Amino acid sequence: MIAEIIISALILIGVTFSFIGSLGLVKLRDFYMRVHVPTKATTLGIGSLLIASTIFFTIHRGTPAVHEILIVLFLFMTAPVSAHMLMKAGLHERLKDVNGEVEEKLGS
Amino acid sequence: MIGIRQRILPQPGFSLVLWIIWILAHESLAPDTLLIGAGAALFLPALTHHFWPEALRVRRWGKLIKFLLIFVYDIIVANIQVAQLVLGPSEKLRPAFLEVPITLTNPLVISILSAVISLAPGTVAANLSGDRRTLLVHILHTEDTEGSIERIKERYEAPLKEIFQ
Repeated sequence: MIAEIIISALILIGVTFSFIGSLGLVKLRDFYMRVHVPTKATTLGIGSLLIASTIFFTIHRGTPAVHEILIVLFLFMTAPVSAHMLMKAGLHERLKDVNGEVEEKLGS
Repeated sequence: MIGIRQRILPQPGFSLVLWIIWILAHESLAPDTLLIGAGAALFLPALTHHFWPEALRVRRWGKLIKFLLIFVYDIIVANIQVAQLVLGPSEKLRPAFLEVPITLTNPLVISILSAVISLAPGTVAANLSGDRRTLLVHILHTEDTEGSIERIKERYEAPLKEIFQ
């Protein structure tokens, strides 16, 4: 019973953050701002869904479920890299930011 | 001359992590899983160690654990902050590009720093300058550019420097 409440709470938290992540993609105003959302709001969103999944399967099968730990590990390794590559691509395509300016500080 | 340990086990830490990942992926401690995993854990680093610039050594384990705890806390705070920023009026957001001067020299540590920045509150690492001295970071909302740069240097760069260099 207590486990079910915890699992439900975690799933609700996960769903909320994933939804806010998707909402951000619609709402934010330029490319550079939109890149932020998938790396942030979704890490906690997917994180809590996976913790819920771990608890659920550990209780139901009686053996510890550990695949989710791997998913979290790979997610945290790949999310920053893909965000970085998107940013870099945006800078090289000279996309305009929200003020209609092109970022010149490529840092080189 | 490369020593025999260098040839067989160029990166003990990497091998161990691979082995653990293999066991986790199979969710079993059966002898065949352990053996095949050990084989892969020995074979893959030996095959790829030419691609690695240099081995990374953790100098202060205590600091590393403290850093990881702060980092997990930051990720949770980051998510809540970004959620608030997304839900609030988007006209009020003041995004900016920050030029963060970095003093780290090891390329692997620099990539760890940029990964940490990308996962932390409202910032994404966008570009590293050709001379590896400046990291361009995009921030979702800031009122004080200088303060944000200082914060990144203090909170993430300084501990990484202590841990690895």
